[in-house]
Amino acid sequence: MVRLNGVAIQGYGGYVPRYRIRAEEIGRLWGREKQELPIEEKAVAGLDEDSVTMAVEAARIAVKRAGIDPKKIGAIHVGSESKPYAVKPTGTIVAEAIGAGQNILAADLEFACKAGTEAIQLITGLVESGRIEYGLAIGADTAQGRPGDALEYTAASGAAALLIGRLTDDAVASIEAWNSYVTDTPDFWRRESENYPSHAARFTGQPAYFRHILGSINELLNDEGYSIKDIDYFVFHQPNVKFPLAVAKALKLEREKVSSGLISGFLGNPYSATSLLGLVRVLDEAKPGDAILLASFGSGAGSDAYILRVLDGIEEKRDRAPKLKDFIERKIYIDYASYAKFRGKLRLR
Amino acid sequence: MRVPRYWRNKLFRYRLVGWRCINCGAFHHFKPLVCKRCGSRGFREVELPKTGKLLAYTVVKIAPADFKDKAPYLIGLVELDDGTRILAQLTDFSQDELKDGARVEAVLRKIREDGESGIIEYGYKFRPLVG
Repeated sequence: MVRLNGVAIQGYGGYVPRYRIRAEEIGRLWGREKQELPIEEKAVAGLDEDSVTMAVEAARIAVKRAGIDPKKIGAIHVGSESKPYAVKPTGTIVAEAIGAGQNILAADLEFACKAGTEAIQLITGLVESGRIEYGLAIGADTAQGRPGDALEYTAASGAAALLIGRLTDDAVASIEAWNSYVTDTPDFWRRESENYPSHAARFTGQPAYFRHILGSINELLNDEGYSIKDIDYFVFHQPNVKFPLAVAKALKLEREKVSSGLISGFLGNPYSATSLLGLVRVLDEAKPGDAILLASFGSGAGSDAYILRVLDGIEEKRDRAPKLKDFIERKIYIDYASYAKFRGKLRLR
Repeated sequence: MRVPRYWRNKLFRYRLVGWRCINCGAFHHFKPLVCKRCGSRGFREVELPKTGKLLAYTVVKIAPADFKDKAPYLIGLVELDDGTRILAQLTDFSQDELKDGARVEAVLRKIREDGESGIIEYGYKFRPLVG
């Protein structure tokens, strides 16, 4: 684990596309009853959206909230497993679209659903060492789920961005410590040229999600001398609703400490963006002084855990840009036919 | 031709950055040699506001070849907050939001794709203002 010194979130942004499909509508096609479905509904990217456009949406909000000149950004790392190009960086498009300069580091990351939180580690290192003034860590995905597969009910779309810089009086939250826990675990993967990922069904639970997420959290708490009681909000990666609640139970947490960061029931699992969107939702309501524990999970497998402390700057910066609630509430329901068209499951050529 | 043209126009397509004539104030999407209105040669780079109002719109149902798989889609005439008028695709509109005078904002979206292996062209579209 690593204790950080003088690094903070200066701006944050979450973006969720407007379209929703109810799990019941997907279940109607494949003969699943309502009680068998893992979530209520999920967010679906429109026909003209992909992980690049959503990353730009989230990044623009984060920059607006921070109130900085985008030319001061020195690095942009985008984590995604649904890059529109196999070869051509997302980071360069994001950089030009937000008006960042040309002398910057722009690299894309992939580690299934934890690629976004990995970006935080890289950016904090660059900021702490003084090599850059500000950096953007982004998680964005138009998650793929094979039609008829269990993943189709939850694989969703969204993006979240954190603008990270030196700790100042008007920062949103300081990043106090982090820890990573990774092993070679084949729970979920996608081979080159395959459109949809494969998974080892029940293997995704105990040996993958629970082992890694609890591994990263427990070591971070023990080594850094934090106790569960010190933390006001917990945000976990959430492939469904059941898994993060099982982690909360294992850690003996009160429900109110996890409910703000739970988004999967009504947004689904937008992979690299999931835990970061949970964090954005918490930042939209947290008070100065609150401590937040964020723990991502990425298949293959690993987990990054962070401890954040909310600062006074949040009160003023929060209202500078749209909140996650604004994007959650503007939903339009679509049927499976529109979903198939939007997500490229209908081929016209 | 397509790749160089897309690359050359990206500042305007991504951020509505263009050139304004120092002499008469006419706006140019791409840096011209002489002003289309007064013929002078001085320009300054300007970034247009990202918000405005919808003046008029129409639905395209019979689309040109590149946009066939996007039909039906909306085209709107938008007046930005500084008075500049711009023709663009609209996105994310629900039926009841679609009225003249609606507040809109520019967002980056996929405009078209050059087949399965070509480039993806990103650019501005306008959606109902969020927040």
